[in-house]
Amino acid sequence: MFIAIAIVIGVASLISGFIAIHHEKLSVAIIASGMVSLFASVIFLLLAAPDVAMTEASIGSGLTTLIFFYVLNKIRQRND
Amino acid sequence: MEYIIISTGFALALLGLWGILSQKNLIKIILGFTIFNTGINIVMVSIGYVRGKAAPILDVIKPSEAADKIVDPLPQALVLTAIVIGLGVTALMLVYALNLHREKNSLDINSFKDLKW
Amino acid sequence: MIKKILIIGLLAGVGLIFFDLFNAYQGSEVLGKTGRYYAENGADEVGAANLVTAVIVTYRGLDTLGEVTILFLTAAIISFVLKFRREDFIPNRPVRITSELLDSASQVIVPVIFMVGIYIFINGHLTPGGGFQGGAVIASGVLLMIMANPNFGISHKVIAKVESISGIAFVLIGIMGIFLAGGFLDNRLLGLGNLGELFSAGVIPIIYTFIGLKVGAELSNILGTISHAQNEKN
Repeated sequence: MFIAIAIVIGVASLISGFIAIHHEKLSVAIIASGMVSLFASVIFLLLAAPDVAMTEASIGSGLTTLIFFYVLNKIRQRND
Repeated sequence: MEYIIISTGFALALLGLWGILSQKNLIKIILGFTIFNTGINIVMVSIGYVRGKAAPILDVIKPSEAADKIVDPLPQALVLTAIVIGLGVTALMLVYALNLHREKNSLDINSFKDLKW
Repeated sequence: MIKKILIIGLLAGVGLIFFDLFNAYQGSEVLGKTGRYYAENGADEVGAANLVTAVIVTYRGLDTLGEVTILFLTAAIISFVLKFRREDFIPNRPVRITSELLDSASQVIVPVIFMVGIYIFINGHLTPGGGFQGGAVIASGVLLMIMANPNFGISHKVIAKVESISGIAFVLIGIMGIFLAGGFLDNRLLGLGNLGELFSAGVIPIIYTFIGLKVGAELSNILGTISHAQNEKN
């Protein structure tokens, strides 16, 4: 059972990592990299590390994505 | 299971490195750094995993039999600190990208040629 | 073209290293030596039910002190780099009016978010979680406040006071450990108590509370500085 979950989550995280690097629109790429962090936090849960999963979900997935969006917004304002 | 997860971690790290090397946009390069970071964190936690054991929290597990029932807590503690530092470093890189954009009005890495000879 | 070949060569080299590491990995059936020591003696020596917390705050407390310092340095460098000239600053930038929903919901939810953050770091020695996660939750509450009112300025005096007081208290508790207990950051200043109770594990809950406040203040400072930079003229 765990093996099936691991395969699905691993493939999904690789696909979203590929989108994060290859998509032309920056906002889509940033969301995809947030999804990589979210899948990584599920992987940490499978590895019996709830502390790390909590940190990754709140810091790696939440705050990092938000900081990226703040900077992107600032850059767009300047280009207008 | 841990083989699948550790190979996912290595693959994510390679993907991030490829992004760092091949992309032209500064924001994309920083995204590559965060993906690399996540991959290496997954590899480090899976090194501390012990097959079929529970999380290192002694609520139902008795302290006397803990050594046979839990996974290694040390890599988890190291990765926890690494994630927090990763946020700080990412924020720092983004702020520098913002300042570079103010100078040249472009995010393309090829437009920064001041130190090139 | 040469560049592409170089990139592919470098990736192949790193991939080879990774493949070697993957081949050497066998998984493990039993704990290693260090992990076994923590598992066997953690409950008696530290008294924290969450062994990860025991490692972070007591066994490797010096690392945590260094890490909090690094986070402080990043926050300081970000404020320094994003420093802008006074005359460029528009104090009340015309912003799009935030929706009624976000505005009123933030007033209800922000205290609850703060409470959850404080709960997470006070119970750090019993359940998953701790100062870093709780600090991040508190910073997300501050972020909601900034989003509801973009011109809301975080008081830098309050943040500086919270941050420096908790940093000094962290170091002082560590130094008190040298004189009153076994060494720097020893948690046996107070009694260890019973395993699994809220008031147990010596000074770990107190230290983790200070770490949580410090991390929360630093992360809110980073978020506040970056969002503040949007008020700047182009």
